[in-house]
Amino acid sequence: MSDLKMVEAPAGIEGQGFFATSLDTVIGLARANSIWPLPFATSCCGIEFMATMGSNYDLARFGSERLSFSPRQADLLMVMGTIAKKMAPVLKHVYEQMAEPRWVISVGACASSGGIFDTYSVLQGIDRVIPVDVYVPGCPPRPEQIIDGIMKIQELVKNESLRRRNQPEYKALLASYGIE
Amino acid sequence: MALTKEITLSRLQEKFGDAILSHDEPYGLLTIEVPADRNLDVIGFLKNEADLAFGYLTDLCAVHMPDQKGREIAVVYHIHSLTNNVRIRIKCWIPEANPEIASATVLFAGANWMERETYDFFGVRFQGHPNLKRILNVDHMEIFPLLKQYPLEDSSREDKDDRFFGR
Repeated sequence: MSDLKMVEAPAGIEGQGFFATSLDTVIGLARANSIWPLPFATSCCGIEFMATMGSNYDLARFGSERLSFSPRQADLLMVMGTIAKKMAPVLKHVYEQMAEPRWVISVGACASSGGIFDTYSVLQGIDRVIPVDVYVPGCPPRPEQIIDGIMKIQELVKNESLRRRNQPEYKALLASYGIE
Repeated sequence: MALTKEITLSRLQEKFGDAILSHDEPYGLLTIEVPADRNLDVIGFLKNEADLAFGYLTDLCAVHMPDQKGREIAVVYHIHSLTNNVRIRIKCWIPEANPEIASATVLFAGANWMERETYDFFGVRFQGHPNLKRILNVDHMEIFPLLKQYPLEDSSREDKDDRFFGR
């Protein structure tokens, strides 16, 4: 008997030879356990992310071993590090190239608020140019914290309604950032 | 005889006389002050005289001293004679109200980006520069951030209590 740990089946109705549940939860389950992250690593938080991908912490256990260096194939934008104001349009451009559904995690103090770089040349938090789903505090955060952030993203992905991205609230959110 | 700081200074004083407004050696680095409109004459002389051969522009930057009325901004050139291993620093003071000086790109191609950086941070307009626009800061920035009247901090920061951060 293998001791492989499998994800648990969602709530549903089970009987002899059949299992019924809602489409949302099945798709959410599949998405949450196969998130393809796009690492946008600009500084020391990126080093912590390298440790997170390494064998000690091993983000592959969460179904995220496949990093996508093309935004078109990525589900999760991981922004790790200081974003200078000059880089803000680049970051926004990367986000715009990602296909829906897409999520964003802001790793570390700099990406979340500017951190110690309270200065004219640094973007004071990436949520000024793109919407953010999960913030990971720390300067830099330990790999455990990054994994905790990814697990929070997994919860969001798992519980997201299939209609969310078509709702007027979501469209209004994107419009508030000037994203089509 | 090998070129020394003393010989360099005497050659400059011989050639330019009163245009060498002052000279000093802080931390052993020969430093002269020349009028802003003579900057290229002096740098060109240092570069082109065979025995001087100051052929390497190490650095070009500016300093803002807002208390010196009428001569607030210093454009500073660091030039190195590689063959003689002698360095010299040249300062040209210009008024903040009209920060203009001739571009050294005619003498050193390497001055191009350094002058763009100096323009970017201090607003010094280098006359004759082929492409004088911002190089490090965002293009739509409206200030020259290293001038002392502009704060270091980003005014849009929200998570800091001004009482604790001296703003």
